[in-house]
Amino acid sequence: MTMDTTPDSLIKKLIRNNRKTLTIFTLLVAIATITGIAHSTFWSPTNMTNMLRYVGLYGIIAIGVSFVIITGGIDLSIGSLIGLTGVLFPMLLLEIMPSAPVIVAVAIVLGLSLLLGLIHGLLITKLKLQPFLVTLCGLLIYRGVARAVAGDRTKGFGNEYSELRNFMVKNDIFGVPMPFVWLIIVGVIAAVLLNKTTFGRYLLALGRNEQAARFSGINTDRMKIFAYMICSLLAGFGGIMFVLDNAGATPSSFGNFYELWAISGAVLGGCSLRGGEGSIAAVICGTALVQVTTTAVFFLGVQDALRWTVMGFIILLGVTTDELLNRYAAKRRAAAL
Amino acid sequence: MEKTPLIEARGIHKRFLAVHALNDVSASFFEGEVVAVMGENGAGKSTLMKCLAGVHVPNEGEIRFEGEEVTIPNVNRASELGVVFIHQELNLADNLSVGANIFLGREPKTKLGFIDHQEIYRCTAALIDQLGMSFSPDTRVSDLSIGHQQMVEIAKALSQDARVLIMDEPTSSLTQHETDVLFKLVKDLREKGLCIVFISHRLAEVNEIADRVIVLRDGQNSGELPREDIDHDRMVALMVGRELNLHHKTQGKAGDVRLTLKEVQVAHAPDEKVTFELRSGEIAAMAGLVGAGRTELAQAIFGIGGLLGGSMEVDGTPVKISDPRDAIAAGLAYVPEDRKQHGVIIEMAIRDNVVMAGLDRYQQYGFVQQARHEEVAEEAKSQLNVKSPTVSKEVGLLSGGNQQKVVLAKWMSLGPKVLLLDEPTRGIDVGSKSEIYEAIEKMADEGAAVLFISSEMEEVLRVADRILVMHEGRLAGDLTGNDMTEERIMQLATGQE
Repeated sequence: MTMDTTPDSLIKKLIRNNRKTLTIFTLLVAIATITGIAHSTFWSPTNMTNMLRYVGLYGIIAIGVSFVIITGGIDLSIGSLIGLTGVLFPMLLLEIMPSAPVIVAVAIVLGLSLLLGLIHGLLITKLKLQPFLVTLCGLLIYRGVARAVAGDRTKGFGNEYSELRNFMVKNDIFGVPMPFVWLIIVGVIAAVLLNKTTFGRYLLALGRNEQAARFSGINTDRMKIFAYMICSLLAGFGGIMFVLDNAGATPSSFGNFYELWAISGAVLGGCSLRGGEGSIAAVICGTALVQVTTTAVFFLGVQDALRWTVMGFIILLGVTTDELLNRYAAKRRAAAL
Repeated sequence: MEKTPLIEARGIHKRFLAVHALNDVSASFFEGEVVAVMGENGAGKSTLMKCLAGVHVPNEGEIRFEGEEVTIPNVNRASELGVVFIHQELNLADNLSVGANIFLGREPKTKLGFIDHQEIYRCTAALIDQLGMSFSPDTRVSDLSIGHQQMVEIAKALSQDARVLIMDEPTSSLTQHETDVLFKLVKDLREKGLCIVFISHRLAEVNEIADRVIVLRDGQNSGELPREDIDHDRMVALMVGRELNLHHKTQGKAGDVRLTLKEVQVAHAPDEKVTFELRSGEIAAMAGLVGAGRTELAQAIFGIGGLLGGSMEVDGTPVKISDPRDAIAAGLAYVPEDRKQHGVIIEMAIRDNVVMAGLDRYQQYGFVQQARHEEVAEEAKSQLNVKSPTVSKEVGLLSGGNQQKVVLAKWMSLGPKVLLLDEPTRGIDVGSKSEIYEAIEKMADEGAAVLFISSEMEEVLRVADRILVMHEGRLAGDLTGNDMTEERIMQLATGQE
């Protein structure tokens, strides 16, 4: 192994450290190029803005679930939590407390999300229940609660709060739609949290080897609880964003399957379900890949019935490529020893 | 000799990477006898048995079965020959019934291809009866005592027409009564012409039941004792009696008491109360056989679990430790036995591992101070001579010795008051070993109290200012000065007094 000090190896190092992001980014560019060649309207500003908007919305919840996946856990309740917060937010603004400032409604929704994340975390760490089961129950419970509080009726804004909707989701800044701007804000905060703070370091350590982390004096339970709280918080924020974007939410279906899109984005972004690894930039690329593929399927005239099949194969391709590259890199390193 | 051995090992060599586990070992086993295989931890007893049972394949040497040379590449071949190995940790699916376990993987079938439960029941009932037991073939294994579970293993062996039954420390988790039952059965099986080979540490048991004792030491034949020559002193002499060139550490000046344990009770042996003190500058080795409860004690002190009662003081101040965090806050450090599982995070860089326990110290408003990490890691790397070009290399790519140095570096950078080491040099090359000893002695000189758990006699005698000996969860002895001899340690460790 050579010393990593010469300038040209600095570039190599940059590539090595961001290999996941680059892999997924390459795949993203490839699919976009192919689709663009087949159908030039793919590159139209309308389509681009549209895709960025969805990358922004789904990226926020994908970042949330990344924190949980890094601990080696999973959160299946995201979609239902989006359903619950998505009906609760317009209800708070229009029915329950129409005179209160918007910020109070936001605080209530986010506070509730944090509380639910805390409960997930406590059940998983203190009662040692499996994350899959705890959040599966969450998926069922929150969906039911959403339907019950809304009386199973669609809740929406109609013509009200158009300023809020414009500010949060409809406007753009220099052509960048607001949801993507929010994603960048959330992404930067998340990346700093993951890479620059002790919390992030602890999270990565315990995801790799919880015992060794605990034996080093790390409060692994507390770190895991925080991860579930971040995930639910961003799911709740996602709920607000989605309902503002959509203008309304039908409690029985709003947010259905969104956890799977979030998990797909995170996993494509290199978050191993075994825990311990993940990069926020790669997760955003992963989410973009999911969205671009969805659009590409439409543009390439693939029969709509096959849409999810194509998605499944793309995700499989992404994680397989990554795994193979990983093995190749590990072999090279072992050989260099 | 007139008789042909049932199974025989001739000039067996077995190497695991750098470790020469068996070096030209020969042993023969005859029909209708009970042979005890003895030796210290790491002497090669289990490895030899595993070579006979097809778990390991020897690198050199031959195995003969009834005089014919055979190769035993896997466990299936061994059981075809009738050689069955019962591991110390029993291999039963404890959610299944006794019968299902005995016929696991070779279930009798009905004409339609379904499992023939009646046949299993019938055969199992007959086997249980043969062993003089009274539980039902339908009992779930998890509902049986450990002693009965062992009987299930033996029944399984008999159902495969075993002729050589090898047992690895069969009595280690049995009660006295269960042991008696087992020994009665062993004698019955001997009458029926089986050859029973068992590994044991317990001299009294061997004395009671063995027809012959084979002793290994450092992977070589150390000697054999026929029935009439079996006695305690001869066994110990064969197990340990090598001349050692001792580089005894000059007696460190033991300072003030740093760690005090008062009547500490550990879940591993809840009836025992352990009391001792460790002083500043002192290296106390902790000797004992595998299963004596040394790791459990160290982990309980460090807050990992299993602490039932008693109290602890650090520098005379009472401390309450219920988590490694508390232990670290009190100034304790622990180098665990299982380096890869508990010591380091092998996928992370040397630097990140070194600062892992001290992240709270090297931070500002929750942000990590990368430059400080670099500094701390570089310093530790040069102090302990970790062989790696940079501190950003993954720990998993280092040799075992260098990985262990990283674990030590993690604690060294915190300047602990009490250092608990659990087999810190296991599986490590000689060069790294002496560097690790030096590092430990340096920490002691700087005022730490060191508890050094080791199963290697030579190491214990080399590093220790004082030797604590554990036997079955009890502090069996506290040796200093001229009492620190191999014979004394073995006597105490095997529970001779």
